[in-house]
Parts: sequence; structure tokens; C-alpha cells
Amino acid sequence: MTTEEKTDSELLLEIKGLRIEGQTDDVWVQIVKGVDVTLNRGEILGLIGESGAGKSTIGLAAMGYAQPGCRISAGEIFFDGVDLRDLRHRERRAMRGIKIAYVAQSAAASFNPAHKLIDQFSETPVQHGVNTREEADADGIDLFTRLQMPNPDTIGFRYPHQVSGGQLQRAMTAMALSCRPDLIIFDEPTTALDVTTQIEVLVTIRDIVEQFNTAAIYITHDLAVVAQMADKITVLRYGEVVEEAATRLMLSDPQENYTKSLWAVRSFRKTADVPDLEPVPLCKVENVDAAYGDVPVLHDITFEIHKGYTVAIVGESGSGKSTAARVITGLLPPKQGQVFYKGEALPPDYRRRTKDQLRQVQMIYQMADTALNPRQRIRDIIGRPLTFYLGMKGKKKEARIRELLNMIELEPNDFIGRFPGELSGGQKQRLCIARALAAEPEFIICDEVTSALDQLVAEGILRLLDRLQQELSLAYMFITHDLATVRAIADRVIVMLQGKIVEQGSKLSVFSPPHHEYTELLLSSVPEMDPDWLDRTLEERKHLSIKSAGQ
Amino acid sequence: MTQQTSTIGESTDAAPPPVYKTSRFKTAMRELKKAPLSAKFGLLIIILYVIAALFAPVFAPFGESEIVGTEYEPWGDKFFLGTDNLGRDMLSRLLYGARNTVGIAFVTTLFAFLIGGVAGIFAAILGGWADQVLSRAIDILMAIPQLIFALLLLTIFGTSIPVLIGIIAVLDSTRVFRLARSVSLNVVVMDYVEVARLRGERLGWITIKEVLPNIMPPLVAEFGLRFCFVFLLISGLSFLGLGLQPPTADWGSMVRDNATLITYGDITPLLPAAAIALLTVGTNFVVDWFLHKTSGLK
Repeated sequence: MTTEEKTDSELLLEIKGLRIEGQTDDVWVQIVKGVDVTLNRGEILGLIGESGAGKSTIGLAAMGYAQPGCRISAGEIFFDGVDLRDLRHRERRAMRGIKIAYVAQSAAASFNPAHKLIDQFSETPVQHGVNTREEADADGIDLFTRLQMPNPDTIGFRYPHQVSGGQLQRAMTAMALSCRPDLIIFDEPTTALDVTTQIEVLVTIRDIVEQFNTAAIYITHDLAVVAQMADKITVLRYGEVVEEAATRLMLSDPQENYTKSLWAVRSFRKTADVPDLEPVPLCKVENVDAAYGDVPVLHDITFEIHKGYTVAIVGESGSGKSTAARVITGLLPPKQGQVFYKGEALPPDYRRRTKDQLRQVQMIYQMADTALNPRQRIRDIIGRPLTFYLGMKGKKKEARIRELLNMIELEPNDFIGRFPGELSGGQKQRLCIARALAAEPEFIICDEVTSALDQLVAEGILRLLDRLQQELSLAYMFITHDLATVRAIADRVIVMLQGKIVEQGSKLSVFSPPHHEYTELLLSSVPEMDPDWLDRTLEERKHLSIKSAGQ
Repeated sequence: MTQQTSTIGESTDAAPPPVYKTSRFKTAMRELKKAPLSAKFGLLIIILYVIAALFAPVFAPFGESEIVGTEYEPWGDKFFLGTDNLGRDMLSRLLYGARNTVGIAFVTTLFAFLIGGVAGIFAAILGGWADQVLSRAIDILMAIPQLIFALLLLTIFGTSIPVLIGIIAVLDSTRVFRLARSVSLNVVVMDYVEVARLRGERLGWITIKEVLPNIMPPLVAEFGLRFCFVFLLISGLSFLGLGLQPPTADWGSMVRDNATLITYGDITPLLPAAAIALLTVGTNFVVDWFLHKTSGLK
């Protein structure tokens, strides 16, 4: 997949001086400020940047499209020699789907749940008159086969909810290919997927681009992914191009400070030594079975969390990580087994727990947006646990709120009167941490606290949590699917699969071989910054499967 | 390290600008200026009605049930809008009618929201059997046609004003319950409500501090609409003779009492009806605008 192999380097897309404005409160604000992009046939361009950098907006503009509330105010978008902005609406529409296709982030949300996959696949080619219905259906089965979907002959006759997320994302890619477009725009196609599924989709996309010599724009915030996919990378920030270069050059020798900081972001490692093990664990989950109604979710879960320790629980979605947290907090009483806090059995239902028992286990959520009441000011959000648990009032309470705000590195005078809507994503998550700290707990459950945040911001949160742990000797139960986060912050690791604990132990013992089979799969599926990683991993897996077939 | 993290946090993670500097009043005035003509018109009508209701004794030339002339006198200098079937001044009764009909409708709607709103939020928060009991009870109440049910209850309990308010409030709270429950259901699944539950907060706190502020916009809009319906229902009941009782001035019964005049081509009996229609239209204009604003449509 190097650029030298591409013989056909004809210019396909050329965007010059693109400016896009977005409307907020009747004022037009520039969100893309003069961006140039060039793309040759058969080439993959990676667009990376944090949220709000304008990646998706530029991606859509490559189709001559601006989202509602946005407008393309200046610039030229040459596609195959034609300026898309000069075309009439109808002509542009004719091009979309046939010449340019788009793959959205969430396939689950982009498919119409009421129609079968094959119907949705064939709609575009039939509508545009490229194929008859029969031809389109046959082509769909062919593409499903090429994309290595299971049962390609019949899978198209299922409804979207009857196939898995990874399969749906591949079906979406097949849909984009239905008219054999010259350019496909992939907008974070694997962000919503588990790592083990992500790798399948990445392989598929790369194969397809090679097979059909299609050009692609690959939009993502994940540097390791873009390193596998792209021939060249453009780094965006605040709607401007920071830097662009060929992938290998960009990875080995970034020029700009911002790019360097993005590259270095996964470098954080917890420094402090592990504290001595106290004889009684802070929190102990013993032989817990749990179910939602009749659907069993957890099977015989047992683990301990000690004071001052960070225990990371990893696993894919549906593995029961969050359910374990719900059992500990008492939101989901277990069918069997018990939860102990400092050696004392906790009542299974949170409604039966005393105020003090509730105070000692605090929780921080994935989506800080929904974890904060939008109609309460910061003063009230942090102040309520102070009054409720500790009976603080008046000046004492105010002083403590300010102290807590200082602890989470937000300037009290500036922030105390604000609503959550006036904070950024990272600041909101900090506020959630402050609210948890206000209860003066010893144990905090962090449920995917960094997965909704940009990497630089997430790193700030991890550092803050680490510092607070050292200052207050807190114990964390850190639920995550991101192994990089585990490497950064965990003392102990628990690996979960389908409601069972597969492996648990200190970080060192879990992350160094010999691994459990599933841990191995999980670890080897995490993309690395090395552009050869995907090829190498595939090669290794092929060897393994040949070996196991030989046995 | 602290220094470093905070700068990273700020540089990459820009917060939307705070808006707390402008006062609420100023924001409201600015919004009002931008409001469409229909909304301004609606607001003007509502304000006029409120003034009429509050200062009826000041503006009215005669007393509410004072017989000041002969029956059915035409419009003229002494009686601006003529007199009614008993010789009472029409204009004065219209003004007092505003006070009675609008006032009672307002109080009734308030009660309906208190009952239906609180029950709806409770049902959403508690879920399970509590929700089932409340929702099914409401279903049963709603299964009976409202007007007929109201007529029945009014005949049983009599037609005093407190009874009238009570019955209509209870009957109308069913609609409020459904709305409050359905919008609350979207809020109670939010993590911040879970946080409050896990903190050990009581039902009252969760209802008033966590859920209610977040469902206010649709409730306020619904208040306007329900007010219109209640108002029409009261007028309708009065027209049928089971609403406000004589000699209290009321637009519904005023239409009925003077209905015979229409046969002679006199539009006077239509004036109270027009007053009802105008207020309904005005309120709807304002509600439309409000819904438009809060739903974020542009």
C-alpha cells in the first residue's frame, strides 16, 4: 500500500481556498478557514484533528454539500475537472452516489430499520439508472462476498438490526461502492466499533480501495488508525490546515508543535508506586450473578479493589463491564452473590443503603453532558452533595466549593456561577469529578470517563485523576474499552468477555505473555502508530490460524 | 505538572462563551423584539384581557348585575353596547365576564397542572406498578367523554364555583398527566437523575429540582393551550346552564341569554363569543411562538 504502487496518479479532487461558515444565533461564523486539499485517483487521504476541527465539514464539502445551518462561502471544489459549486443542485445530486459516496460514522443510525439491507443497497443504483434491480441485487451479493461478510448470499435479506455492528458498517461500505464511485468519504467509520471488530472493517476498506482503485478521504481522530489507512495525512485544527505530508514522513518527522503534541498524547504513564495492600479490601464483589430480566449478564464475578488502587475493567461492549458497576452501586441488585464494602455487606438495592454507604461509592459517567443537570449552576451541582451528606451551609459550603474547583483546575471566580452548557467537554468531565469528590468518597467508579473526549483532553483528565488519587489515596474502578487508557492508569486489570472474568491480575502480569487467548486477541487488535502494524498483525494471525488448523 | 495540564486543557478544549453577563430581563426583551408579528399581537391581546379582568370595576360604567335600563336596548350613548335580556349594561357585563371567565379558567388550569404535572412526573420517576396504576386510572378517566362526564358530575355535586373548578381541573389534569409523564420519561433516564437517586435524594427533590426544570418549556406551552380548552369548556358549560350561575357575568351564559337577538339581525350576543375566540387565537399565537423558540426550530 505505498504510493509507488499507484501507477494512475491522475488528479481527482482539488479543493482550493475552501471557506465554510456556520450559523450560530443569526451570526455567521467561519468554521473552515481556507483549506486546500488535493487527491489523486486511488489515493487515500487521512483527515485528522480533534472535534470541532472541521474534518467532517470538509469531507461533506468534497461532495459539494454543506450541512443545514452551514454554507460554503468561498473556494473551489474541482472534482474530475468540474467545479461542484458551479453545478446546479440537480446535477450535483446526480453525481452523489454515482461518482462520490459517503460512509457515515454510525451505520446503525444511517440504515433505515424498516428495510432489508439488499433493498437499501439497490436503491441508489436503481434510482440513478445505473443498474436494473436484478443486476443491483446480484452485484450486492458479489460485493458482500468480496467484503467477506458471512453468508453473503442471504445476509442482504436481513434487516439492519439482525446483523452485528461491524457487519453493518461493512454493508454500508458495500452500499457506498454500489455505483463504483471514484471517491468515497469515510467519516469515522470505525469509531463506534470495538477494537476486534474495527480491525475487520479496516482491512475491508483497504482491500476495496485497492481492488477498485477508488480514491478515499478517511476522516478520524484516531492517529493509529489513520496511520494504517492513509497514503498522506492532513492535520486540521480550528478549520485550518496545520500540516500535511505523506503518512510515513508525517509519523516519523512531524514539523508543527501541535502535530507533535498529538503524536505524544499516548505517552502518559502513571508514575506513583502501588501502595501497600491493606488487609481488608475497600470493595469486594463475591460470586455475583446478575441479569436484566431473564437475560443473564454476569456469571460468577469475583474481584477486589483495594484502597489507593486503580482497577481497570476492560472488555468489548456487551461484556458486562458497566453492569458490574451497576451491581456495586446497587442500581441492579444481583441474582446471587454479594458486594462488600470494607468487609461489610452492602444491601443489594441502593434504596436500602444508608446515606453514608451511598456517600462512600461515587460514580463518574461517560457522557458528562447527560450527567450534569443543564438547569443547575455549578455552585448548586457541587454544593448539593456537601449539604446533603456533610450538612455544610453558607460560607463554609462556599469555601469548600471553591476549594473543589481549585482541585479540578477550574478558576472558581470564573466558573462558580456558570451553567454546564457554558463549559467545554473536558471541563464538564472535571466538574463531574468535583461532584464525586464533594461526597468525600474513598472509592470512585469511572465508567468510560475519557471515551467521549478528544485525546489531548482525555489525557488531562487522566492526569487529574492520577494526581487526586495520590493526594487523597482514592481507589478507582476504571471501566474502559480503550487499552491505551488501561496502560496509562491501571494498577490491576480485569479482562471481561460475555459476562465472565477471563483474566485478572496486576497490569504487568496481564499485559505480558503468556496471555489468555482473548486477552491476546484484544491486545493485538489495538492499532499502533506504526504504518505496517495492520499488515504485520494480519500476517501473524494467518500464521496462527494455519498453525491451529495444522494441529 | 498542574500548570502544564491546565494549559493543555485550555488550548485544545474551548468552552462556549458564558452568557450569564446579560440579565434575564434584557434577554427576554431582546427575544420579544425579534418575535413575529402574530406573537406580538397575541401578547397584546392577552395583556388587554388581563388589564380588563383586573380593573373591571374601574372601567365598567355600571355594576355587574345591576339592572339599569329596559330589556334589549340598542347600542347608544348611555349603554355603549346596549343592554341584555334583563336590562343590564352589556359593556359592564363583558368586562366583568373577563374577570370571571378568564380568572376561573386560569385557576382551573393551574390546578389541572398541579395535579396532572406532579402525578405525571411521579409516574415517570417511580415507574413499575406506581406508573401502571396512575396511567390506567387516567386511561379510564379519559375513556369517558369529557363534556358529558363534566355535566354528570356537576349535576351530582352542584354548580358552585369551587366545585366547578375542582371537577374541570381533575378532568383536564388527565391530558396534562400524559404530557408530563411522556416528557419526564426522557429526562428520568438521564445520568444526572441517576446521580441524584444514588445520592439518596427523596422523590420530592428529584421531581422539583432535577426533572421539573428540564420539562418546563413543553409544559408552559401546554399551559397556554390547555388554558384555551378549559376556557372554552367553562363557557360551553355556562352556555348549557351548568357553568357559572346567574347573576355572575360570564361570556358563555351571556351568549345563551341574549341568543334570541340574533333572529333580529343584532350582533350583540356574538360579542361575548368573539371575546372568547379572540383570546383563544391570541393565546395560540403566543404558544406557537414559544414552542418554536424552545424547540430550537429556525
